Amino acid sequence: MDELILSRIQFAANISFHILFPTITIALGWVLLFFKVRFSATGDMRWMEAYRFWVKVFALSFAMGVVSGITMSFQFGTNWPGFMEKVGNIAGPLLAYEVMTAFFLEAVFLGIMLFGFSKVPSWLHTLATFLVAFGTTMSAFWILVLNSWMHTPVGFELRDGIVHATDWFAIIFNPSMPYRLAHMLLASGLTVAFLIAGLSAFRWLLGDRCDSVRLTLRTGVVLGALLIPVQILAGDLHGLNTLEHQPQKVAAMEGNWETRGNVPLVLFAIPDEDARTNHFELSIPSGASLILTHDPDGVVPGLNDFVLADGTVMHPPVNPVFWSFRVMVGVGMLMLVVSWGSLFAMRRAGSLDNTNPWVFRILAGMAFSGWVATLAGWYTTEIGRQPWLVNGVLTTAEAVAEVPPAMVGTTLVVYLVVYGVLMLAYIATLTHLARKAAKADDTDTDETPRSGAASVRLVPAE
Amino acid sequence: MLDFLGDPAVWLPIAFAVLMGGSILIYVILDGFDLGVGLLFPFADAGERDRMVASIGPFWDANETWLVLAIGILLVAFPVAHGVILTALYLPVFVMLIGLILRGVAFEFRAKARIEQRPLWNAAFCWGSLMTSLSQGFMLGLYIMGLNWDFPSVVFALLTGLCLTGAYAFIGAGWLILKTDGPLQEKAVNWARRGLPWVLVGLGAVSVATPFVSPRIFDKWFSFPEVMLLAPLPLGSLLLIIVLYLSLRAGPHRNDAWSWVPFAATMGLFALGFFGMAYSFYPYVVPEALTIYESASAPESLMIILFGVMFVLPAIIGYTALSYYVFRGKATELRYD
Repeated sequence: MDELILSRIQFAANISFHILFPTITIALGWVLLFFKVRFSATGDMRWMEAYRFWVKVFALSFAMGVVSGITMSFQFGTNWPGFMEKVGNIAGPLLAYEVMTAFFLEAVFLGIMLFGFSKVPSWLHTLATFLVAFGTTMSAFWILVLNSWMHTPVGFELRDGIVHATDWFAIIFNPSMPYRLAHMLLASGLTVAFLIAGLSAFRWLLGDRCDSVRLTLRTGVVLGALLIPVQILAGDLHGLNTLEHQPQKVAAMEGNWETRGNVPLVLFAIPDEDARTNHFELSIPSGASLILTHDPDGVVPGLNDFVLADGTVMHPPVNPVFWSFRVMVGVGMLMLVVSWGSLFAMRRAGSLDNTNPWVFRILAGMAFSGWVATLAGWYTTEIGRQPWLVNGVLTTAEAVAEVPPAMVGTTLVVYLVVYGVLMLAYIATLTHLARKAAKADDTDTDETPRSGAASVRLVPAE
Repeated sequence: MLDFLGDPAVWLPIAFAVLMGGSILIYVILDGFDLGVGLLFPFADAGERDRMVASIGPFWDANETWLVLAIGILLVAFPVAHGVILTALYLPVFVMLIGLILRGVAFEFRAKARIEQRPLWNAAFCWGSLMTSLSQGFMLGLYIMGLNWDFPSVVFALLTGLCLTGAYAFIGAGWLILKTDGPLQEKAVNWARRGLPWVLVGLGAVSVATPFVSPRIFDKWFSFPEVMLLAPLPLGSLLLIIVLYLSLRAGPHRNDAWSWVPFAATMGLFALGFFGMAYSFYPYVVPEALTIYESASAPESLMIILFGVMFVLPAIIGYTALSYYVFRGKATELRYD
């Protein structure tokens, strides 16, 4: 393998590992703020217990996100120097604003949020929680601005082959940004909803019947049920936006080779890029035309339009995009069924105690389903951008560093091992925290936390 | 905007070089002390380790963000240099990143994972700190030698790797003297005493080597009147070393008086050393190859970043100060409630 494919795998591995944790912290920060505000308003200890448990998950996820994020900021230089040389004038300020308006805010107030409860007034602790949540969201905003600009670059001109910014408003609010940002924030919300519901259901199955676990289970399921229809709508709009700006990506998602009307919606197929056709296709006639153009006769672009006269393929590899897209949609549909199904089952049973245990088992099994959908969605859009790094401006091959392939390969193996171990440790630790909380049921429910009284706590966090 | 400063193509690169240098200096001091605490881990017992982690727990994450800012400024303001430097330092950067990953997650895992795993995460914390320190020192040395991977450069870089590790352990001990009391504080004084020679060797090696790497740097230091104007740098360093020696010899004082002196003096020493290096290398960002002017981004892009910096940096400094104020005094057990 050459340094291009190795560097791509390396960056994909890093960014895949990284995105799992911001996906949790972005929405979990707001959920924690909700818990804290509810506690402040009602004085109800259940909210505080929920806060205490989930803030640990937040801290752990945050640390994983920080360290894997630092790795990426260096890899721009070590593996992809061509990226900053060509589009640094645009990517630079956007990244700088992310560091300045988000990273410091999160990192500094995280200390107060985690360890300051007994050291600062309650309002300052709530404010710190808000600022951390706000910081994670700002971080998502800036990085999605940059990512969206790479898909739909506008507001620039080329001088001596280098990209120069001409209109910052156009750059920030580039055509795909609102859709991508909404889609990602909703994905984060859903990931957290199913994680909260799943881990709470796991505690329930372990025999934990405390009030806070009932509360968080409901919170998770309701949040999931509310967000999934919105996400399906946002995803549809995002897809139509992609059709307008990156038709080759949609063609790969749909597995459509020829530009024509009455394009079927392919449910299953094995796309064959050599023969340029689908095998074993199972499809709904005119379905894709209907979804993408709202007209059964609507013309949908096909992949064969993106092959140059000399045979150079300028569309993304079809199979990864085609399959990632189906995984994402599949998990989304599963989320729709499970969240509303659980809600109805719980309502019909009248109380959680009478609810069919299978509801909890399914929810526990879906705890990390948000990760699967998020990764699949990112693979769809990012592989779908290939062979471009910045759509129409810079190809991935032009940006890669000339580092000996053996070196890239060796470091890649170490990264993969480290990430694999950390992933196992992370999931094991979440399970351990849930078990510990289930065992410690009711031991710390009867005392009131007091801000400013550092010495009265019976149960140290660690 | 800012027309009175003259040609933006001249002063913008300087402004960003100052910002980047400032971030690196703050990073080396702040993450220096928490890396140092990690390096000192093997010499402490279990109870002391919890207290050592507690002393840096609320800060380490923000400390590391200064590295992201520094590398971010290199990336955004001097993109060409960023590519050249990081490609040349591919391997040490990789070692550093693995080190940063290990120690960063170890903070959380050692407290939250199953208790049987704690020795494992303690080891990850210590080894991660060691990998990070050694590789940063190695990169410093290689940078001084002009990013050449020849034999003498690598030997020199290995030496600076050891020395920076010693310096981090030293400032870590200074931090522990400030933030702890009792037996742990006495231990920290001892650690600092043993670390001081390493700091001297490191500072000396870099000071002696730098002028001889390039005649340009030699002339910058040893021509008249520069040699007089620069005299405060070595003299100030000497004074601080004497202060350190005396304060460490005396050990912990009654009523904890003067416990801030070793940490403060080390900060001063780091700053003086840094100014010396910055003076030597200006105007180059890639030693002897690329100046800050040649590698700077377009002025209009730098301007929009600077605009943000002017508003955001004071806020960052303000709330960082708030955080150090909230967690002032001797470190106590970290609690989530």
